Amino acid sequence: MSTPLLEIRELSVRFPTAAGVVCAVDQLSCTLEHGQTLGVVGESGSGKSVTFLAALQLLPKAVAQIEGQILLNGEDLLTRSASQIQAIRGARVGMIFQDPMSALHPLMRIGDQIAEIVRAHTGASRADAHARAISVLRSVGIPNPDTRARQYPHELSGGMRQRVIIAMAIVLEPELIIADEPTTALDTTVEAQILELIDELKDRRGIGVVLVSHSLATISSVADTVMVMYAGRVVEHGSAGEIFSDPTHPYTQGLLASIPTIDHGRGHLVSIPGSPPSLIDLPAGCSFAPRCVARIETCTAERPTLTARTPTHVDACLVPPSARRITPAAVAAGMGDQ
Amino acid sequence: MSHPMGRYLAKRLAWTVLVIAIVTFVTFVIFYVLPSGDPALRFAGKQPTPQLLAQVRADLGLDHNVIVQYLLYLKRLVLGDKYGWPGLGYSYSTGAAIEPQLWQRALITMQLILGGAILWLAIGIPVGVMSAVRARSRFDRISLVTGLVFMSTPVFWLGLVLLWLFWTTLGWLPGTGYVAFTTSPASWAAHMVLPWITLALLFAAIYARVIRSNMIDTLGADYIRTARAKGLSERRVIGVHALRASLVPVITLLAIDIGTLIGGTVITETVFNLQGLGSWVLQGALNQDLPVTLAVTIVVTVVVTLLSLVADITYAYLDPRVRYK
Repeated sequence: MSTPLLEIRELSVRFPTAAGVVCAVDQLSCTLEHGQTLGVVGESGSGKSVTFLAALQLLPKAVAQIEGQILLNGEDLLTRSASQIQAIRGARVGMIFQDPMSALHPLMRIGDQIAEIVRAHTGASRADAHARAISVLRSVGIPNPDTRARQYPHELSGGMRQRVIIAMAIVLEPELIIADEPTTALDTTVEAQILELIDELKDRRGIGVVLVSHSLATISSVADTVMVMYAGRVVEHGSAGEIFSDPTHPYTQGLLASIPTIDHGRGHLVSIPGSPPSLIDLPAGCSFAPRCVARIETCTAERPTLTARTPTHVDACLVPPSARRITPAAVAAGMGDQ
Repeated sequence: MSHPMGRYLAKRLAWTVLVIAIVTFVTFVIFYVLPSGDPALRFAGKQPTPQLLAQVRADLGLDHNVIVQYLLYLKRLVLGDKYGWPGLGYSYSTGAAIEPQLWQRALITMQLILGGAILWLAIGIPVGVMSAVRARSRFDRISLVTGLVFMSTPVFWLGLVLLWLFWTTLGWLPGTGYVAFTTSPASWAAHMVLPWITLALLFAAIYARVIRSNMIDTLGADYIRTARAKGLSERRVIGVHALRASLVPVITLLAIDIGTLIGGTVITETVFNLQGLGSWVLQGALNQDLPVTLAVTIVVTVVVTLLSLVADITYAYLDPRVRYK
């Protein structure tokens, strides 16, 4: 088998604080093949963003303790020197951030913000870099790119700004795009357009995509594989088909059940009771146990490890599979109607 | 860009004209109307003769009613008087016209302030940036303490110590006074360098702190993370992306400080025997030479107004969002 595009091995990220060590990511492993989309889902604080900020060494070095490996085409990103990682950022790995309102420099023209990437990595002339900026703006569906390139971020709508950020991420044709909650700050209609654009770029240019989101609904339309994270750990990882049609981990089942559908009838909003644990002093057993309806005695004592359910589907749960086979209706009944 | 920027400029310019008009009115009221007693007595200096008082009344039109007096005052300012433009009259104490002295002294003060400002920016910006990038480092702590020392050192003391050290003790620099650049550039610089340092150290300390705190805020912004994720060099991330955003608020601060110093460099000018506006206004006050005080007051307020116009235009140029407000 060929080298995967991205392979994370046993990644742990800890932040020592005055209150104790925050274990933001704990022994995370996953892979992403070329030209595929990996959807990463979890609540805020589940470690999903931290994992991928670590990949580009974007976490503050002084406070983050990072262990493990993050391999891009077999090359460990965590051991790259500052200048090596600088050459990878923006050129081989493009990053799309959550809030397009604040992710662009407010005092610089759109075109210049894109052109400077080209100039920094290729040494292209000012005119060539500008021409590339305009052509990439056109390719992400921005009308009148010549005019737009001369404008400032505050002159564009949220959706347009996110397109600009996507343009910045793809201008040098990277192998991988990391999109960290790219649609969270956008309207639903714009969200669909942005996801469609990312999906189309993946198909057209063969770029691998990591799509980080707090919402399973967001990634359902575009992800090839899905990784569900809870309290810094992977709880379930599998092909999108398996995760959505046959989720095996109670947390994933809860997440799916909490997506409002017309079937449940109006007035029924399903939620998972409780909130994620503090990442300082995590409980000895399964982190999700305190909130889990299928919980058995061993859950609070023993930590579950990832176990294969099918060749492409793993989960971390100690409850016998038959006992956690929960129908959406049962989840709704047992997990608290509001 | 041109459309909102043009409208912004027009609006800002109209506002400046209005402010200057108000300034002329307020200075007139303060100097002519509010104080009790005969205005001619106040303008004529110490122990005037009856003939001089009559001349002052004629020069300033004090026999007319207040409104006509104001219009005459305005006319002299706008159109000039027999001593030149703007019409600021004659010092009855020293027997010299105000206008020629004004330009000469303003030139000296401007050289002092601009040289000082260049120096304090040249020190304050790099020190502020370094302190922010290496916050809490040894460099940061040392610059904080050094800055506090300069901020709390009295200017007259600092000036005298520098003079004592570099003039009387080491003999590296000539003494006090002013030598025109056109007379001898080397001597001009040798005479100006200590006043510049004296003026700049206090402000360098303040600016370093302001830039440090702006810079720390900016470095935490999302767009700085974006700049890093784009693979830009750390030099460009800090020197262009972060510095640009951090310096915008400093423009306003700079305009205010330079404006305040126009008539406010009294101590530095006195210590170094520079015949600028600051020492002039002090002499004017001590000699009860009202025309001098009035002239400096008008010049300073007009310059401050114009500086704030320049600051706003620069601000709008650097921060495009301002143009729409």
